[in-house]
Amino acid sequence: MAVTAALGLDLADRIGGTVDAVGLEQRADSLAARSIKKDAKLWALDLAIRCCDLTTLEGADSPGKVRQLASKAIRPAPGDDSIPSVAALCIYPRLVPEAAGALAGSTVKVASVATAFPSGQAPLDVRLAEITQAVKDGADEVDIVISRGAFLAGDDPCVYEEITRSVEAAAGAHVKAILETGELGTYDNMRRASLVAMAAGAHMIKTSTGKVVVSATLPSALVMAEAIRDYVELTGRAVGLKVAGGIRSAKEAIRYLVVMNETLGAEWLTPDRFRIGASSLLNDLLMQIDKQRSGFYSDPDRYTLD
Amino acid sequence: MTEWTYAPAPEATDIVSVKESYGLYVGGDFVDPASGEEQKTINPATEEVLAAVAVAGDKDVDLAVRAARRAFTTWSALPGSERAKYIFRIARLVQERARELAVLETMNGGKPIKESRDVDVPLVAAHFFYHAGWADKLEYAFAGRRAEPLGVCAQIIPWNFPLLMLAWKIAPALATGNTVVLKPAETTPLTALTFAEICRQAKLPPGVVNIITGAGPTGAALVRHPGVDKVAFTGSTEVGKDIQRALAGTGKHLTLELGGKAANVVFEDAPLDQAVEGIVNGIFFNQGHVCCAGSRLLVQESVQERLLAKLKQRLGTLRLGDPLDKNTDIGAINSRAQLDKIRSLVDSGVSEGAELYQAPCQLPERGFWFPPTVFTGVSQSHRIAREEIFGPVLSVMTFRTPDEAVAKANNTPYGLSAGVWTDKGSRILWMADRLKAGVVWANTFNRFDPASPFGGYKESGFGREGGRQGLASYVKLVAP
Amino acid sequence: MRKTYKLYLNGDFPRSESGRTYEAVDASGEPLANAVLASRKDVRDAVAAARKAALGWAAKTAYNRGQVLYRVAEVMESRRAELIDEVKRAEGVKNAAKQVDAAIDRWVWYAGLTDKLAQISGNLNPVAGPYFNLTAPEPIGVVGLIAPRQPSLLGSVSRLAPALSAGNACVALASEEFPLSAIALAECLATSDVPPGVVNILTGHRAELVPVLASHLDVDALDVTGVAPEAVAAAEELAAGNVKQVIRAVDEQSPYEAAAFMQMKTVWHPKGA
Repeated sequence: MAVTAALGLDLADRIGGTVDAVGLEQRADSLAARSIKKDAKLWALDLAIRCCDLTTLEGADSPGKVRQLASKAIRPAPGDDSIPSVAALCIYPRLVPEAAGALAGSTVKVASVATAFPSGQAPLDVRLAEITQAVKDGADEVDIVISRGAFLAGDDPCVYEEITRSVEAAAGAHVKAILETGELGTYDNMRRASLVAMAAGAHMIKTSTGKVVVSATLPSALVMAEAIRDYVELTGRAVGLKVAGGIRSAKEAIRYLVVMNETLGAEWLTPDRFRIGASSLLNDLLMQIDKQRSGFYSDPDRYTLD
Repeated sequence: MTEWTYAPAPEATDIVSVKESYGLYVGGDFVDPASGEEQKTINPATEEVLAAVAVAGDKDVDLAVRAARRAFTTWSALPGSERAKYIFRIARLVQERARELAVLETMNGGKPIKESRDVDVPLVAAHFFYHAGWADKLEYAFAGRRAEPLGVCAQIIPWNFPLLMLAWKIAPALATGNTVVLKPAETTPLTALTFAEICRQAKLPPGVVNIITGAGPTGAALVRHPGVDKVAFTGSTEVGKDIQRALAGTGKHLTLELGGKAANVVFEDAPLDQAVEGIVNGIFFNQGHVCCAGSRLLVQESVQERLLAKLKQRLGTLRLGDPLDKNTDIGAINSRAQLDKIRSLVDSGVSEGAELYQAPCQLPERGFWFPPTVFTGVSQSHRIAREEIFGPVLSVMTFRTPDEAVAKANNTPYGLSAGVWTDKGSRILWMADRLKAGVVWANTFNRFDPASPFGGYKESGFGREGGRQGLASYVKLVAP
Repeated sequence: MRKTYKLYLNGDFPRSESGRTYEAVDASGEPLANAVLASRKDVRDAVAAARKAALGWAAKTAYNRGQVLYRVAEVMESRRAELIDEVKRAEGVKNAAKQVDAAIDRWVWYAGLTDKLAQISGNLNPVAGPYFNLTAPEPIGVVGLIAPRQPSLLGSVSRLAPALSAGNACVALASEEFPLSAIALAECLATSDVPPGVVNILTGHRAELVPVLASHLDVDALDVTGVAPEAVAAAEELAAGNVKQVIRAVDEQSPYEAAAFMQMKTVWHPKGA
């Protein structure tokens, strides 16, 4: 294991690189200033729905709540067949069986958070067992958290190894590694953590749990997208990006799509390579689609609360 | 739709009302030129005529200088705090009319609306605001000396940042108690003429600012006028030398902000993705019509391949087209003459053996356009490495050591600006010491601020604009 | 014993490559000595020497430059009597002692200025963005300096001292009529700690030498303080060939006199974690 870790980390080292915070944020600002109108906006709104991981991660989540949300995930706008299903339903592990049942026969994937989400502060065995169980219960995708404590303490090999073992435990289910960028402190760390997670085999890297003060930001997504670009350049393996936490408006969602489009290109504008983790975003997307089609501003009560 | 094509997002133009013809702004009024001549000004993106603009002859120049001279007596005697109020008012009016000015700047000059809206016009307002505050604090600017105005300032500005260059010239001149006769470039007079309206709205005393339009001969007459005390010129080194010769022995004060061929030096440890943004901003900002453009990329050999791959990828995302479209990154070339010059220098690059790369991009049928261009395999001796192209054309060269980087960067008669990209703090300061340039951008490029002095070394000119040092260009220091 | 007065070039005292001399006379018109009649090529050599010395001089710490200039004052002080005699013989003036003392004081004044210049004329700029932004003066490089005709010693010192305190290397044309005190000054410089090439002093005909210096493309700035009014236009016109900064004395002595021999460099750097 130590040898593999060394080899894998060597990959991250070879890509390396540093980030200038001011320059990065300026680039993000300039991308945020793209003006997306008309057909281009409708296309983006549709894509945002298809890339949505409809999420509920509350202590109060119950089987009933999960069934309601599953129904919304499959048919976000009942009666309007032009509105696609979302990409996945993202829930806590205990609710995976309920979700798997409710989503059976649909295209919507079951995504489970795992590894002592959101802190990850449980023994590795316990965290791995959580993954194994979630997959066994029907999870197609597992959103794991990296050990920020180990990473910030400089123990990259530990982070690397935990991710590789998580990928093994997922046994083919897709693993999204949550970096929790809001806890990493610098863009250099976000870049490094992205590279370590990709080198360790994560299928997707994800910004945030949504459970700390700072979640996804445009610059954090940009620095991760740039890390993906460098990783793909060297290895040829495509890795996806998931942004999560605090994304509530269609306007914000479109900004992330612009970042993907202009950093990684059109190939990354698919649910396989891009996800937005959100709960209330979906209704705003629906509302903006109606506005775009009809020309009239809509009313929030016309969209279901689930 | 498999590719995401951004729909057109044009800025509305109804905020702008362009008159059919414009006179000269002399002594607080728009007057018909004594010369009786006028010339058409166009939109370089469409080649449509926007307006007819007066061409000032010798008589008109004389009238304008006399108006400025008459105004100088009272304007220079005003308390600084009173002058400040007029300049603050101008700053406010620029902010109020910001969108109109931005749209007009883009229509007349071809620059992308996102630049005129987010860079040029905000900096114009900031420049007046900054200098307004100096007007009543000049006694603190130069320790031990009293700063006195010079008199009538003849100011000649270029077409690349028409309104911003006007602000750089007029704001410090007014703050220090001088009066002004300004001549905008022949291809881009319209925002300067709108600024004349702003002077009227601000109730600036007649004659303090005079704006006369015309081409080279008008400028030549203006700088030679015996009633002029100071000349400030921004433009080509060739014309700058002519002006310096013309002023020889006259005792007129002179500041020159001339051409450049800036090196943008990228070390292997640089933050590469931000360096790419800095390179792109350095050479493609305003279609490369920037005297301080980072037109020579000096990249450390060890990282050349990775950097160029990133740069070429980035070139593919640049959007060239309608300057009024909010998503346009590269607008129109300012004039046919400039387009011809760019083409001829690019042809020389090809024939001298450099390797040309242009991102695939479709050029509009009408108007003047040139695609973002990168030359690799460039030698120091190639014309494209030595001459100012003033267009979206980057010449890439390599180096191996810091000493070699400095030697190559300084191997030019110009010295306006330079860039350096490295993660190593002590190397930044070491480089900043050695680069022969008036402005050094480290891990950034093409940043401007009214508080930050701007101006060149060597054949890029002398004198500074902006900051405390910029005030020195408009005063004489006398013992208290 | 009659002394031979030579050029001061790259730390040495050579004759002109042309072998020419001219007669310097005293106040009553009597021959004093032969001075070297420098040639175009001597100007070229002096500029080359100055260019070679410029980087090293500019790179010294301001503190060190201050000490070097102070040492010039010390050397002149120790040769005070001789200098007074030179000035008296050349210019035939009564107040030669006053001139020499003022020249010594001028070196002391500018010696103490070297490490204040950046503080007086530079500053941090509060730009509207996340940037550290600093403006500081740097020497212009190689300065061509036409010394005032008279006072022959104090005039040269009043222009050389600010140019040197600002960190430039100089090629100075001495007073044509009174060249000897400039060479006496050169002897003081040569026996002080001023590195070879940092100051070069040529004697000769201004009509011949000023155009060469003014038009030289490797000279960065031209001090025309000593150029006769009727010759200024021609010198300035030639200076435009490479956009030289043209400098003339405004004050006897001030930081702004030294700052005139400098150019402002502004450095930006982002501030981010």
